[in-house]
Amino acid sequence: MKVELKDISKRFGNVHANDRVSLTVEAGTIHGLLGENGAGKSTLVKVLSGFISRDSGAVLLDGKSVEIKTPADAIARKIGMLHQDPLDFPPLSVLDNFIVGKTGTGLIDRQRSLRQLQQLSTHFNFNLNHYETVANLTVGERQQLEILRLLSLGVSTLILDEPTTGISASQKTALFKAMKQLASEGKSIIFVSHKLEDVEELCDRVTVLRHGKVRGRAEIPCPDAVLIDLMFGRELAPPLKPQTRQSEPALQLEKIRVDTDRLTLRLGDLTAYKGEVIGLAGLEGSGQQQLLLMCAGLLRASTGQIRVNGVEMTHESYSKYLDRGIGYLPADRLKDGLVSGLSIQDHVALRTPSRSLFVDWKETLKQTVQAIATFNIRGKPNTLVERLSGGNQQRTQLALLPVPLNLLLMEHPTRGLDIESVLWVWQQLIARCQTGTTILFMSSDLDEIMRYSDRVIVFSGGQASHPIAVSDLTADRLGQMIGGRLSDTLEPSVIS
Amino acid sequence: MTKRIFYYQLASIALAIVFITAIILVVGASPPSVITAMWSGAFGTVGQFARVVATLAPLLLCASGLLFTFTAGLYNLGIEGQIAFGAIVSTLAIRLTQDSLPPALVIVLAILMGGIGGTLWGLLAGVLNVYGHINEIFSGLGLNFVTDGLSLYLIFGPWQREGVASMSGTEPFPESLWLPTFGDTDASPIALLIAIAAVAITLIVLRGTYFGLRLRAVGQNLRASYVLGIPSIRQLLSAFAICGGFAGIAGALQVLAVFHRLIPNISSGLGYLALLVAMLVGLNAWFILPVAFFFSVLNIGSLQLPLDLDLESSLAGVIQGTLVLFVLLARGVSETLRKPSTNSPS
Repeated sequence: MKVELKDISKRFGNVHANDRVSLTVEAGTIHGLLGENGAGKSTLVKVLSGFISRDSGAVLLDGKSVEIKTPADAIARKIGMLHQDPLDFPPLSVLDNFIVGKTGTGLIDRQRSLRQLQQLSTHFNFNLNHYETVANLTVGERQQLEILRLLSLGVSTLILDEPTTGISASQKTALFKAMKQLASEGKSIIFVSHKLEDVEELCDRVTVLRHGKVRGRAEIPCPDAVLIDLMFGRELAPPLKPQTRQSEPALQLEKIRVDTDRLTLRLGDLTAYKGEVIGLAGLEGSGQQQLLLMCAGLLRASTGQIRVNGVEMTHESYSKYLDRGIGYLPADRLKDGLVSGLSIQDHVALRTPSRSLFVDWKETLKQTVQAIATFNIRGKPNTLVERLSGGNQQRTQLALLPVPLNLLLMEHPTRGLDIESVLWVWQQLIARCQTGTTILFMSSDLDEIMRYSDRVIVFSGGQASHPIAVSDLTADRLGQMIGGRLSDTLEPSVIS
Repeated sequence: MTKRIFYYQLASIALAIVFITAIILVVGASPPSVITAMWSGAFGTVGQFARVVATLAPLLLCASGLLFTFTAGLYNLGIEGQIAFGAIVSTLAIRLTQDSLPPALVIVLAILMGGIGGTLWGLLAGVLNVYGHINEIFSGLGLNFVTDGLSLYLIFGPWQREGVASMSGTEPFPESLWLPTFGDTDASPIALLIAIAAVAITLIVLRGTYFGLRLRAVGQNLRASYVLGIPSIRQLLSAFAICGGFAGIAGALQVLAVFHRLIPNISSGLGYLALLVAMLVGLNAWFILPVAFFFSVLNIGSLQLPLDLDLESSLAGVIQGTLVLFVLLARGVSETLRKPSTNSPS
């Protein structure tokens, strides 16, 4: 089936996620959709698969204009999407998952479905235990199951959103083989990725998005440099940060490995110095957050050791991390950082160490008024935090950080903030660095990383590059690494 | 904004009254006569008013305890079992000490042990919730059945009456172990004082202390409060323990002041009634006194309905339930209207 998206636009608030984006996928081809964080790839494919409604533009299937309003509409139009985190039912068995979503009335014919599942598995050489619980499968196996399920629903256009993150090399080989087989059977495939290597290996053609717009199209094979130029296509922002780094090590990591459901982060050894800012770049979900959470004491490393200012912290509790002046600023402020329903003053009271039983509200009010003035928060002491703007929530979070602050871990420190707030926040942070605070932050804004970091670590699929001084970074090198070509990683002996 | 919620609440109470009136008319009675009958049932004689007060004391204790668990974001449906377990431990303490200690000391000990028993039973529900990852609604309800079974076993087994074991409970304790009452009525000043003290403690702790503030934070957002450095598990377990403790004392008072022995179903549904009170009160502890008093009046006043009007006394439950449902509905509606649904990227 030939799929055409014409002039698709979609806004979220004041963000133009898709700005007149057009894409044509011929039947029997694999079309890559390439772009960095927030380029608009996911929005575009979600419009096609019915998860998001478009503001304007048209969707044409085999030349006919169609309306796709829900995922069920998409399935009825033979469009299926494989999500980055497969949308399946972990407590159910593989077979039950396979059956879910099939239309039918009355009783389930399990034998027929089982035969169909076996047939499809054999066809693509997927090795799935049909009675295993989905919760026990690897991400790669769950993908295989989801692909088979979508095919059994008669899907002829398959969308894959970043499918190669978190799966093994052999699973990737099997996946690519299956994709090529499907294309040769006449199905159209949209492959969303930020990995140059995968796109070059698999795709026939590629469309590159940046900031919600199409920046170019190319036939594969195509030289890396051309694709990187299309993806990033600009000079890197010049560093703005003054020299604050001291010679004393602050954070020392040794042979660190962090295992989560989704990803294994292999970090090896890393040293960050007092007053240093390290920016963590890479596609979201590549392991940056795991590193931050681990350093904050909120996630246990499976192996390795962590020391802060020379003190062994590996097996300490989270409260010990706080006591050592380690602060964490989560990206989702109202979910992980602040408590809705409580005022600024309540938060100040919660963070004030006190031996007494009763809250001294007068004293707390004084501290709150001071914090509001110091951090320039637009709100009153009794303003509930959920009523503050994003920038003022971030200022409140900064006001609540432990003093003295030895190590600060931040996720997207300026996401959703206006320019004035961004400058103000970084001014405060650099002032902290001058007093010896070490900062590790992740951001999907490359300019922010270039401007405010001393060194940069690039993450890709759970691997991390060596820290690179910003002065040594070029757009091309950064693009290569974010595109999954880490030349030398922190942990060299990686077997994936 | 708070003003709007206030109007919603007023409207919901008006709707509830309309609904209740309709029900009374459907069962063939006239609303004024029902009100008159209930009024005389609750305030007609000193003895009847004393029973209102006797119901009020355990209700206040339980509702106060439930405010702690509600503040922590927990639905402690195990409160019935915590009352009963407090009563059992209290009875055990009386049985062990009544022959050797002076009565006043036995009474003090019985109340204390009731509180400790309830605390332990509440903590058990909490441990199952926090460490066993069992929803507190299910762990609480499960433990309620366990205490039911336990009291039946004790009443028909080891603690059975001389001669005949019966549903009427264990052998009554000597009068020296009964809590003193106002004159010849059912109301005990000591029970009432303990209950009012519990309300006062609740008010002070929830409004004025770090513990209360942390409990609010944990109840609103467990993850964020943990990130802010609040020992969330300790807070959750404390809420269970305090609620269980208050309920256990209520259980001990049921033994000492009301029934003077252990009977099956000693909580008489007061725990569930307290849940309704706590839901109506929301997190505003000041309202506990009037709401609990009103519910006690309904409970006792309705006993007059079968005598005067040939109506079921369960009408009280209908009125209480209707009120709570409509008030919660008003909160839900104003919440929905405040947050228009948004389409956002993921």
